[in-house]
Formats: sequence, structure tokens, C-alpha cells
Amino acid sequence: MAPESLPDDALTLEAVSHGFGAVRALDDVSLTVRTGEVLCLVGPSGCGKTTLLRLAAGLEAIQKGRVHIGSRVVACADLDIAPERRGVGMVFQDYALFPHLTVTENVIFGLHRLAFAERRARAREVLVQFGIAELADAYPHMLSGGEQQRVALARALAPKPHIVLLDEPFSGLDSRLRDRVRDETLHALKASGAATLMVTHDPEEAMFMADRIALMRAGRIEQIGRPVALYFQPATAFAAAFFSDMNRLEGVVRDGRVSTPFGALETRLAEGTPVEVLIRPEALHLAWAPEEEQTEKHYRTVARVLAARLLGRSTLIHLDLSQHSGAAHLHLHSRVPKHVAFGEGDEVAVTLDVSQAFVFARSDAATDPVRG
Amino acid sequence: MTAAPAPMRIVRGERRRIDVWLLVALLGAVPVSVPALVILGYLFAPYGDIWHHLAQTVLPRYVLNTVSLLVGVGAAVLVTGVATAWVVTMCEFPLRRAFEWALLLPLAMPAYVVAYTYTGLLDVAGPVQGTLREWGVLSPGDWFLPIRSLGGAVAVLGVVLYPYVYLLARAAFLQQSVAALEVSRTLGRGPWHGFLHVGLPLARPGIAAGLALALMEVINDFGTVQYFAVDTFTTGIYRTWLALGSPSTAAQLSAALMAFALALVVMERLSRGGARFHHTGGRYQRLPGYRLRGAGKAAAFAVCALPVLVGFAIPACALAIWAAETASQVADARFRGYVMNSLVLATSAAALTTALALAVGYALRVRPRPMAVAAARLATAGYALPGAVIAVGVMLPFAQFDNALDGWMRARFGLSTGLILSGTIAAVLFAYMARFFAAAFNGVEAGLAKITTSMDAAARTLGLGPGRSLARVHLPMLWSSVLTAGMIVFVDVMKELPATLIIRPFNFDTLAVRTFEMASDEQLHMAAVPALAIVCAGILPVIVISRGIGRGRPGHGAASGA
Repeated sequence: MAPESLPDDALTLEAVSHGFGAVRALDDVSLTVRTGEVLCLVGPSGCGKTTLLRLAAGLEAIQKGRVHIGSRVVACADLDIAPERRGVGMVFQDYALFPHLTVTENVIFGLHRLAFAERRARAREVLVQFGIAELADAYPHMLSGGEQQRVALARALAPKPHIVLLDEPFSGLDSRLRDRVRDETLHALKASGAATLMVTHDPEEAMFMADRIALMRAGRIEQIGRPVALYFQPATAFAAAFFSDMNRLEGVVRDGRVSTPFGALETRLAEGTPVEVLIRPEALHLAWAPEEEQTEKHYRTVARVLAARLLGRSTLIHLDLSQHSGAAHLHLHSRVPKHVAFGEGDEVAVTLDVSQAFVFARSDAATDPVRG
Repeated sequence: MTAAPAPMRIVRGERRRIDVWLLVALLGAVPVSVPALVILGYLFAPYGDIWHHLAQTVLPRYVLNTVSLLVGVGAAVLVTGVATAWVVTMCEFPLRRAFEWALLLPLAMPAYVVAYTYTGLLDVAGPVQGTLREWGVLSPGDWFLPIRSLGGAVAVLGVVLYPYVYLLARAAFLQQSVAALEVSRTLGRGPWHGFLHVGLPLARPGIAAGLALALMEVINDFGTVQYFAVDTFTTGIYRTWLALGSPSTAAQLSAALMAFALALVVMERLSRGGARFHHTGGRYQRLPGYRLRGAGKAAAFAVCALPVLVGFAIPACALAIWAAETASQVADARFRGYVMNSLVLATSAAALTTALALAVGYALRVRPRPMAVAAARLATAGYALPGAVIAVGVMLPFAQFDNALDGWMRARFGLSTGLILSGTIAAVLFAYMARFFAAAFNGVEAGLAKITTSMDAAARTLGLGPGRSLARVHLPMLWSSVLTAGMIVFVDVMKELPATLIIRPFNFDTLAVRTFEMASDEQLHMAAVPALAIVCAGILPVIVISRGIGRGRPGHGAASGA
């Protein structure tokens, strides 16, 4: 995707490539983060997302391509502005709080451009905003993980940077605390009006935080767009499989269609192309088989329940479709909201929501649904 | 939209032409490796007549004595170090916790001080033979233990250097899986089998590294062998330099000795692997704590008590008694001068070396370029080079520089500049920096390694350049590492003898030099006061190391909220 030149483009990376020795970490990546927007870089580990973040901060020397902050070039072939002169705020995975400084001193650390008298006031203001004013004189080792995370964010936002970079900022927190801290962080970032670039390997976290998501894979951007677009219109099998578990069927295009146990799906792929069909578990709707007469309904078949497990907010049902599909072994998962009373051995009617079944040409590189 | 776009401005030439931090790394590291490179260069210089003379006369003896010393001391430190480490780590017996640190005390004693003390105790006029004669056990003229011999040198060096093996063997025993030992016991094997077939093989890398460090001290030793008249390469270098007046031959002897040293470095590097000098701490492992009874308890106690007695308690007591006797004669204004000389030298060397190590270590962190890393590695090779070799490697280029400058000035301006660098305090300090750079560098590097790189990144994104980050983030977190590094250099310089003897300005005496001179003049009792002063300084690092051991125990873990 080419960078758009909107007036409020805060951070732009233009055709950036980067390697470590023989390893190609980034391959011709272009990206724009707009003012006030939260953009999440998501992808499996080793896909280059952290390298991209470090290049934006100036912590990694640019090798190829350009980085703009506002309308100012900060890195290109013969220029590489030091991180301390880029005016970015950054939050690190391990928070990187200075252990020899108190919370207040940590926050003041980045405020050296303010007049001396204003520094303490600004630090106070930020600490109050984050609800950690009572920790002002504590040292980092005295804080809980969630408190450390808040201090790290407060420290990064205190100098009012136009760009905020976050590197896996929630991975050190346990899951319950994470939900709360994510929520606070999202609102603090939005309130600051800064352009935010955040790295995460967690697709749910990306969808929670992001206005737009850039899905990365092997040094390239696989797909970039609003979360809804990535979820409902995945560009590749990898993109489709990254955001949820997938049921996977294989087939071949015949007459512009691929046959499945639920009926034939339409596709624009060429005749004879080997394809894979990816179906989200929530796209398989279940009903009691006897309740409805066996009329010719679209995308519907009968299956036997192998197991049903309540996972809290939803129930995962393991289905065996081999009887009706004729296949030797066909095991699919369906996810339905709330608890349902299906039991082992029950016969159920399965209806496919076609909008969440995706057909992609099969290639060995694209078939493994790698999850970070 | 709160973010007002910055005005259109493309700043060119931000990437500096001269990389300051790379320059700091290179300018810091390269000069320190000059002495080693100079000596290496002499390997390829023509070998003169004196060399042939030496080869036909004394060289075989140097080789034989040096090798005998290495083998003998090697065996002694292995047995003593491993036995004490195993007993203290794995068994329960009275005073075990006290022995954990007491076994380190001989590290505080310079070998030459122990040599003088035992000579004073054991020679014909000494208290031991005197008492035996009084009791009628020994008649005048009877054979008695000849302490001033190769065997004596092995004994003295062995009892002073075993703590190197003890420390690393103990760390290895502590780190290895106790489960492996427990398995051995549940399979019906006793503690001895566990030691021989589980403990020892697992600890072998640590033990080998400790052995290598001890043997480096053996080839570095000058005071003991010189005093005992055991001719080794080190005494040979000293004699060739001062008596024969042949610098190039001394350099070639040094090069030969360097081969020994490099072999030991390779041995240490290959075997060290994960072994650390200081116990890393953190995890506390419940050790078997074999409960000993009767004879076993007595044997374990004796195994630990003997090295502490022989290596520290007896010589320290003798020194204390002699020092009390002679203090009024020795402690005059001139003695205060020696103390001042030692303190000033050791403090300046510690400050300079640590500052250099910090500059190079931090520059490598900011710019880890292969060239700079290689230069730093080369600079740390100095720790394997004996003081005598470093001295020759410093004196030769300094003298050449002085002569060249003098010649040029005379030809150009008719002025003689004489000796500017040779035989100055600056030359002595430079030799210390070359010799002890590694000690400081390793300490600083270990301290820096504990600071995660995201600390640097945080400081940079909050608007501080690398220099100000060092001052405001790294240094406050590094203080204890820097002070420890400085203290180790300080104590090493206090003890250092051969390089000081060769390079020092005329009539510039330190405590170590004074101890050596008085002992050489058979004024052993008079040497006790300066010797005791050196021992007192030497206790400092022992305290630090034993505190490091203590941190491996429960109840010392610092609270961490991460």
C-alpha cells in the first residue's frame, strides 16, 4: 500500500528494507500512521514488526528506504536522525523503568525541555491522569506489574510526543489485569491525540486496540486495513487464519465452484486450481436435526457431535461430518455463543454462513496457518 | 489534532563523518594491547649471540623449572581446591559456613609474602628448628625441610593459589543439578560414587577454568621463585633485562613465556563455558548435606582447616608478631613515603584503568562493530601476560620513542630531550593498565550486561544522547560494578612486583618493592610491616567475593516487582 499524503500523516515509512546479516527482516515495507490513529502491527514472531518499530524510533540505523515524521524526513540514505531528536515516545515490553529513580523522577526524565519549575507540575499532572499519583515517590521495584506499565506509559506521554510507539506493552501482565490496562491505555492514547504505532503478536489485542491493523509476515505487510476488513475480507489464507481458528477443507475449482459438504461455493479462481476453503468455527450454525424437516436448504448438512465443551463465553462443538459427506474422515469445529445442550452422539443440522467461508488458491507456503 | 506538523526541513549530514564512539573504543583498547604486540613482534626479530648462549646454558633449566612448577602447583591446587569445595558444599560439619569464606583468605596473601614468612619460620635460625633443637629432636647440621627449593615454591604457590580452583569448583557444584546426585543415591550409590561419577564430571569445566587462572598466576610469579633461587622464565627475563642488559633477548624470553600464557588462555576459554567466577545466585538449591560422623567429621574439618591455617592463619600471625616487634624501627618517615607511593600508584591505576574500561565497554555497547569488539578482546589478553613480560613490552617501545625523539630534536634543534617516558611514573601506570585492563573490563562489562538494552532505548527516546545516557542512566546503575572493578585493580597493583621492579623510576619504592628488598637482604622480620600492609589491602576483594557467595543463599533475594 502506497503511503497517502494526507496533511495529518504523522509517521510514514517508505519502501523500507532491512536485514540482519543474511536474514531479511523487512522487505520493501511502506506504512503511514495518521495523527490520532492507533495502528497495530501484528504478526507471528520474527515477522519484522519490532524491527519496523525500532526503525521508526531511530534505534536501528536505516539501511534502505525513508522515514518521515510529519513532513520532515528523519531517516534516508544519507541521513539518520538520532532517536533523542525525533520526539517520539516509546513504551517497552519490559517497561525499562530506571530502577535508580522514583516514579516522579522517571516521568521527569523526558521533560528536560520544559522550564525547571514546570517539570514537576507536568509529572504530577500525568501521574494524576493515570491514577498513580500516590506512587510518586515509589521506586520501580516496589510496584506491581500493572503499576509499572502505567508509569512506563505516563513517562512516554509526559513530553507530549506526536508519535507513540509501543512494543508488546501488555505481554508482561496476566490476562485479567491485561484487559483493564489495555482499556486504560487505549483511552489515554486517544486522549493524547498522538499517532500510535503498537506492536503485538496477539490478534485479539490488535483488534481491541487498533483503528487499523497491519498484518505482517516474513518482512512484508500481508494486509493492512480496518479490523473489520481484515476479519471479514481477508486477502490471503494467512490473514484469514491469523485472527481465529479455522476449519480447513481442500478442493479443486470446477465450473467456477468448489464443492464442500455444505454445497458448492462460488469462486473466481481459474478452473482446476487446487484450493483450500477456510471456515470460521462461528460460521457453522447448529440446530437440532429432527426439529426441521430435511428440505433442500442452502449450505446445510447433518453431522454427529463428537464432543461439546463449554469455554466460558462460547461452546466449542466437535463435529463428525464423514457420514453425510462421504469423506473418510471430516472433523470440523463449530463455536456457538453461550452454553448449548448438545451431547456426544447427537445428530445436528449444520448450516454454513457463506460470508465467513473463504476460498484461496492452495500453495504450500500459504497453507500453514501460523499463529504468533 | 494536537500534533502540528513540523516545518519542512531536511537536515543533511546528521550521520557524522567521524564515529565518536567507535573512535573511543579503538583509542581506548588499542594502546593497552601494545605491550603484547611488541613482544610478539620480537618473535620474528633476529636472535642474537646471547640467545645462543642462553639456549646452551640456562634455557633448559628455565623450561624444566617452569614446567615442574606448573605441574606441581597444578596438582596441588587441584587436590586442595576440589576437595575443599566438595566438602564445604556437600557435607555438614562444624564451622562449615565459616569455612565457606575462610577458604578464600589465602587469596589475600601475595605468594612472595608467604614465601618470606615460611623461610623465616623454617630456616636454621627460625622458631621451628630452634624448638626442635631445644627438644633434642633435631641436632645442628641435621637435614631439615629445604623450603628454598623447587618443592618449597610448589608448596607456597599451591597453598596461596588453590582458592581459584575452590571458587570455580564450588560454583560448579552449586549450579549442578542436585537431582542428579539424588538419583545416584536412590540407585544405591554412596556419596563417594556420587562425587567421582556425577559431581566431578559435571564440574570439570569450572575446575579447569580455575586451574588455568591459578597457573597464570604461577607463570606471573616472580617474588617467590626469585627468593627461592628457582630459575624460571620470569626470573630469567628479569636477569637478562637488568644484568645482561639485553632487551631483545629479554623480549624473546618473554615471547616464549607468552606461549605458555596463551596456552592457558585457550584452556580457560575452552573450558569456561557457563562457569562463572562469582556464584550467580538467585536460585537456592537444597544441597545433599551429607551428615558426617566421628572420623568423617574430623577428616572434613581437617581438609578445610589445613589450607586456611597454612595459607593464611600461620603466615598472618607470624607477620603480625614480627610487625609488632619491628614496627618502631620500620615505621618512620621513609616508610610513610612507601605507603604514599603505593596508595597513589594503586589509586591512580585503579581510577585510570576503570575509567578506560568503562569508556571502552560503553562504546562497545553503543557501537558493537566487529573491529571494536576485536580490539577489546585483544586488549583483555594482558591479564594472561606475566608482569615481567608486560614490563619488557612497555619499556622497549618507550625507550625507542625517547631515543627517536631525542635524536630528532638534536638533529633539528640541537636540543637533547633525554628520557621523557622511560622510567617514569607514567610508564609504570601504563604497564598496570595493560596488565589489569581485563580485570576492570570484565567487571564493567558484566555490570553493563545486567542493564537491558531497552534502558538505553528508553533514555534515547526520552531525549538523551548516548553520553548523557551514560551519566544519568548507566553510571548510577553501574556504581557497584565500577567500584568493585576499581578495587580489584587497586589490590592487584598493591601486590604487583615484577613490572614495578623493572619499570619504576630510580629510588621510587612501593610497599611491595620494599618488602622484596628487605626480604632479599635477609631482613625478614623488617619486611613484615610492609608485607602486612599489603595483606590488609588484599583482604578487601576477599570480602566482596565472599559476599557474592552469600547472595546465593536464601533471604538475600532482592524484592522484584517485575
